[in-house]
Amino acid sequence: MALLKKGHAAEDTWTHVADDAPVPANGAVTVSAARWAKERQELAGRSAPLGVRLGSADLAESVAADLGRFALVTVDFPKFRDGRGFTTARTLREHYGHTGEIRATGHVLPDQYQMLRRCGFDSVVVPDGADLAVWAAAHTQYTVAYQAAVGDEGGPLSLLRRRFAKAG
Amino acid sequence: MELKAITANRLRDGAVVWLGPQGDWVERVELAAAFDDVAAKAALADAERSVTANVVVGVYAFEVEVVDGATKPLRQRERIRAQGPSIRTDVGKQADALDRAA
Amino acid sequence: MTYLAPKRHAGVYRYDEIDRQFLNERVAEYRGQVARRLSGALTEDEFKPLRLMNGLYLQLHAYMLRIAIPYGALATHQLRGLARIGRRWDKSYGHFTTRQNLQFHWIRLEDTPEIMAELAAIDMHAIQTSGNCIRNVTTDQFAGAAPDEVVDPRVYAEILRQWSTIHPEFTYLPRKFKIAITGSANDRAAIRVHDVGLLAKRNEAGEIGFAVYVGGGLGRTPYLGAKVSDWVGEQDLIAYLEAILRVYNQFGRRDNLYKARIKILVHQGGKQKFIDNVEAEFARIRGPKYRLDPAIVEAIERNFAPPPFEELPPFSEAFDRAKREDAAFAVWARNSVRDHRAPGYASVTISLKPIGGVTGDITSDQMDIVADLADRYSFGEVRVTHEQNLVLAHVRQDDLFDLWKALDAAGLGTPNAGLITDLITCPGLDYCSLANARSIPIGQEIQKRFADQQRQHDIGDLKIKMSGCINACGHHHLGAIGILGVDKKGEEFYQITLGGNAELDGAIGDIVGAALPPDEAVDAVESIVDLYLERRQPGERFLDTLARIGMGPFKEKLYGAA
Repeated sequence: MALLKKGHAAEDTWTHVADDAPVPANGAVTVSAARWAKERQELAGRSAPLGVRLGSADLAESVAADLGRFALVTVDFPKFRDGRGFTTARTLREHYGHTGEIRATGHVLPDQYQMLRRCGFDSVVVPDGADLAVWAAAHTQYTVAYQAAVGDEGGPLSLLRRRFAKAG
Repeated sequence: MELKAITANRLRDGAVVWLGPQGDWVERVELAAAFDDVAAKAALADAERSVTANVVVGVYAFEVEVVDGATKPLRQRERIRAQGPSIRTDVGKQADALDRAA
Repeated sequence: MTYLAPKRHAGVYRYDEIDRQFLNERVAEYRGQVARRLSGALTEDEFKPLRLMNGLYLQLHAYMLRIAIPYGALATHQLRGLARIGRRWDKSYGHFTTRQNLQFHWIRLEDTPEIMAELAAIDMHAIQTSGNCIRNVTTDQFAGAAPDEVVDPRVYAEILRQWSTIHPEFTYLPRKFKIAITGSANDRAAIRVHDVGLLAKRNEAGEIGFAVYVGGGLGRTPYLGAKVSDWVGEQDLIAYLEAILRVYNQFGRRDNLYKARIKILVHQGGKQKFIDNVEAEFARIRGPKYRLDPAIVEAIERNFAPPPFEELPPFSEAFDRAKREDAAFAVWARNSVRDHRAPGYASVTISLKPIGGVTGDITSDQMDIVADLADRYSFGEVRVTHEQNLVLAHVRQDDLFDLWKALDAAGLGTPNAGLITDLITCPGLDYCSLANARSIPIGQEIQKRFADQQRQHDIGDLKIKMSGCINACGHHHLGAIGILGVDKKGEEFYQITLGGNAELDGAIGDIVGAALPPDEAVDAVESIVDLYLERRQPGERFLDTLARIGMGPFKEKLYGAA
């Protein structure tokens, strides 16, 4: 697995703890949304960074109240054709104002990279053997978009268009 | 005895092709290999290699009969696939056949 | 790269350098995707949605490319470009669809990057004409010309086209999403059978807003769209659509392909719940970010300004005299010519349904001829109707005779627009890998039976619509007589429905009885029409007679005593 941020490989400093494994006392860890719902009390006291993992059917609403505690939210795409994660991320960013990292996991294609970014994803986990050059190229495929989205640093152009800021 | 042929579309150009007796892909249904049930299953598995090799897509088997050594589809859909649109005899493989005959 | 511009007054959106940059980026992306597929870096399973979102299907004989014609509007140089593409990359003919797009049926995958580049050079593309995303926004073929129009729908069709193009959140929906918009209560865009149907209108203050219908659709489970809002103000249009799409993307079913359209969510998932969800989301996101700025509307509107119509008398001597002197012209004019909002003008329907021809097909040569005629007689623009015909929207009545002569000479003068032989057929089993039965030859046979012009006029308004499978691309549910091709034990059979219509008060047709073999199906259509002619009262259309006497007499006639 490789972690991509802004088109480039990055280190994953997080440990993603399975539901039946103990949560270490230190270090940045994520737990599943289901586990968070069950063990909220115990986990709430944790001082090290905490993240939550959402499945494709998990709504942003389900963790909205606790977003302040999460430095990372991961959103899973079981199949790249299942586009619910785009709405989940968008809702977390735009409606709930989440400022922590949002990461896409599961099966996503490089062809979806800019869409992921424009819905508020900061990072993507890509499978082993993924051609990182294709991901890097995909990151800057389009410089123009036709609708408002997350992170419109470039500001509106005339009509409906948006130009992406160079930072992407 | 129920006979089957194996067909697919060529990836690059979408052309309809059939598995021939030599394991190659032929462009005319008359030349398609006809398999009994057991052999058809094996041939299908074999044909999947062409899919993996990005030569063809959409492999499947269909019913045929053999008349005077030529393989013929039994169903309308496969007949149209083999010949071309029924309402335009000037396009499709049926037109190529005419060109060949000319 | 030299780009041709549309003629000065053509009613099409004018691309600028930003639009062209976008399109070039799309072409480059697609080129890379095809290369990755051919090398195997992309599997077919991964590539399929990507190629579908560029309009490329794998069909019975070859790949089929569905080119986007936004709300059916073409500049003449674009139509000529399509003719060229057809000659170079296909077999010099194309097919117009029930969503106002154009299909080429003999395409090679390896040629498609070049084809996309050629399309981009004429400001065209195949973006999102397939796939589980927002498709072509369709509208009234007489937009900007019809006397009964309240709001020009093309303005909003264009706004929604842009808004929906590679929308980052809504490109991987549970299923396809089709939007249609009308600017007249006489709906010629079939908005009730779209995922979202919009009726553009004005309130008492003269402001523009929309009635919004959601959850219409045909196919296995046909539904008419439910009205979810009677008034969404112009400035709220984008926000409201975002809300609808967001609710659909989130809650539309992804476990069952046949229950994945928004119509299932609306009609089977609780209509009020759906409306509440949409209204809640709309309330949340309504704000400056999604506001449709009036300045944007104004800028888009400038593309669709009325052409400089001459000051003409409402009655054209020349047109009248020509009708008196040429019987064939009079016959054609009777139903191919429609009133226009500007005095002295008319809108012309060019029938692509010659008797015994292939419905909706057009050759590259014919495309060139139509383009020339549109330059000469209709400000350089051509429209595609959702019933597979073409329209020249702004023709001086004085010019109608000359126009007709030219059309007639080109085989484009069939005088059957709106008559029974102006039927819809999908390509069917002759072309389509989804089909169960052929459509085109049945349509041809029906046309031949009703070829007599006098009889056609006597029958009047009776729309026949045929699909070769339940996917209903031929809109058979909406036919006054609908025909659905089915497969019964490997044989082609045809099921007949009656009473469908695509108007605002739409209706889905009812099944008459068991499916029939081809000859009997065509005979049945004749029997149905004969019964109508027997039983009708003065002034009744077929649909009126059917409504009055019910299905019973038709069932009995076709199948014997009930």
